[in-house]
Amino acid sequence: MDLRDTPEEAAFRAELRSWLEENLPDGLQGHRGGATRFEGPEMREWSRGLYEAGYVGLTWPEEYGGGGAPYTHQAIFLEELARAEAPPHIGVIGIGMAGPTIIAHGTDAQKARYLAPLLAAEEIWCQGFSEPGAGSDLAGVRTSARQDNGGFVVDGQKVWSSFAHIADFCILLTRSDPDSTRHAGLTYLIVDMHAPGVEVRPLRQITGEAEFNEIFFSDVHVPAENLLGDVGGGWQVAMTTLLHERGTLGFALQAALEVQIRKLVTLARDRGADALQRDRIAREWVEMQAVRFTNYRSLSTLMKTGLPGPEGSISKLVWSEGNQRVTKLALEILGPDAALGEENAPYGGYWQYQQLRSRGNTIEAGTSEVLRNIVAERVLGLPYSR
Amino acid sequence: MDFTFTSEQEALREQAREFLAATPEPTWAQLSELGWTGVSIAEEEGGAGLSFIEEAVLFEELGRALYRGPYFATIGLTLPALPAEDRAAVAAGDASWTLALGPLVPDLDSADHVAIVGGDGVFELEGGEREVLSTTDETRSLGVVRGGEAGRRLADSTVLAEIGARSQTALALEACGVARLALEDALEYASSREQFGKKIGVYQAVSHPLADAYTRIELSRSLALWAAWCVATGDAQAAIAAAAAKSYASESAVAVCETAIQSLGGIGFTWEHRLQRLYKRALGIEAFGASGARLRAEIAGALIELQAGSAEAPAPVTITQGG
Repeated sequence: MDLRDTPEEAAFRAELRSWLEENLPDGLQGHRGGATRFEGPEMREWSRGLYEAGYVGLTWPEEYGGGGAPYTHQAIFLEELARAEAPPHIGVIGIGMAGPTIIAHGTDAQKARYLAPLLAAEEIWCQGFSEPGAGSDLAGVRTSARQDNGGFVVDGQKVWSSFAHIADFCILLTRSDPDSTRHAGLTYLIVDMHAPGVEVRPLRQITGEAEFNEIFFSDVHVPAENLLGDVGGGWQVAMTTLLHERGTLGFALQAALEVQIRKLVTLARDRGADALQRDRIAREWVEMQAVRFTNYRSLSTLMKTGLPGPEGSISKLVWSEGNQRVTKLALEILGPDAALGEENAPYGGYWQYQQLRSRGNTIEAGTSEVLRNIVAERVLGLPYSR
Repeated sequence: MDFTFTSEQEALREQAREFLAATPEPTWAQLSELGWTGVSIAEEEGGAGLSFIEEAVLFEELGRALYRGPYFATIGLTLPALPAEDRAAVAAGDASWTLALGPLVPDLDSADHVAIVGGDGVFELEGGEREVLSTTDETRSLGVVRGGEAGRRLADSTVLAEIGARSQTALALEACGVARLALEDALEYASSREQFGKKIGVYQAVSHPLADAYTRIELSRSLALWAAWCVATGDAQAAIAAAAAKSYASESAVAVCETAIQSLGGIGFTWEHRLQRLYKRALGIEAFGASGARLRAEIAGALIELQAGSAEAPAPVTITQGG
């Protein structure tokens, strides 16, 4: 047990810190996320810069344009990026979900075609999993893929798809066997978002912005070479995608919470906090440290055994509820000023925005209810509720 | 960065669990024979020359086993104040100690010697009367000492910072062991007990609180092991890490035991079931020294007043162990 960086990790961290200091544009630091992260060319330029410096796809094999680095480097990268309040690479769906799924299940031709442009932010990806009738219960997917001349014809609707309005490709979960139910008869496709019959409509959310979209597919032709995995084997491929969605993400979330609490402490110093508020600030700091070291434990087990420790499955659950409490506590400390809109609020409306945005945290990437089921059933071995 | 135990440390945990299952009330001599009383004491003083990490493994297992005896008082509390010859006697199993940091002194019924804090140092208590008090938690005794005087000088009061961090971390680790066993009892029950035609663990009203209990235990362990590493290496964050660990792990152990009692229904409320003893140990740990709320007040002070920079690396603070 040694909680310090190894000399190699320390060198990587130091080099990354100085790179961020030199290269992070002022306008992008403290970028609050949300819809504005999609606008303008600067996010693509920033992402390309990260790629050219060798920080994108750190743990991917070198043959696919990755860095071949250990997972600890990816963890350090996510921590330092969040601490510097730098925005992430714009291709988060591609890097975090589509890419790892293609590496695991794709053909050599698919790997050669898709992976490098994805890392370089030349092509943006979105995810087509959830549907109006299939949210937490993903096995209810109804979007159909009819086999036709060796290819597929896709019809249906997807929802809650971030980046879809700027995406070039979609990882799409479809039902290829109309007589099938649940986990059988599903097929995983790569769909060109510029193909005829694909229509994207933005969804305006609680913050007033549109971060995600609906996607409508009408007689969209998908060539046979865009099949990922086997026809009817889509569920297994989708599980790979979701495993990666909830993978090293914990490090980015924890570091973002650390920054959030640092700002909360500054707020308490600026505006004063009573004894009860101080107790809650300390409580959040303690739990944030606990998430940090839980991530380290899970990662260390991954490095040693090839599989992450089971305790890693709680990171997202704990972070999401913590971020909701922290942002609401900030509004409480702001007092009556908490009611002011962006133009008049202190700190440019930072806390009002963060608090509203945080309500999505316990819904996106696995609701808290689903995550508790996963802990109860898969980690604790309690009987399945379904 | 490596946050895993070595295979030797894992073997120690296994040995401890087996031994304590077979020997629920071990004597000090038995613990000494196993080498447990000299784990972090230097080899030339008759110890094993290991660190607080190995002792951390033992504290977690001793908590789980609801061990009653002077191990916490000697190794978790007094050891940093002991001179070389006294450390050698502890390693050899010839002496056990307790330290009066506050009015309520732990393990007063079993410790051979009592240390007291006075002026600028830690001294051995000479004379005086010991009175063992009744306690809710029957697995750890508390008592008071009356009269007596400061005898031999053991250490400067500068050791109190280390004693504070070490004892809070040891208690946090005990709390983790207590909570883990309570959760295991609840899981076993929820997986076998049937009502309304189904195993009760199927119902999310039962399973989600158990998922939360698991979450709290793992977060507690992460803090306790962070603190243990800080204590073992003399890291500057030892004080705040220990305060974080003690406040979170002890309150979590109480909450986990309450979830377990509720999960077992009437059975969980009986005297016969061991849950009541686990719960009382958890309550005892929370009450000992500084409560979670008091430790958080110290942490908030360190974050808001004492440190002007980032919340990432707060300045070291001395968290006082209250009585």
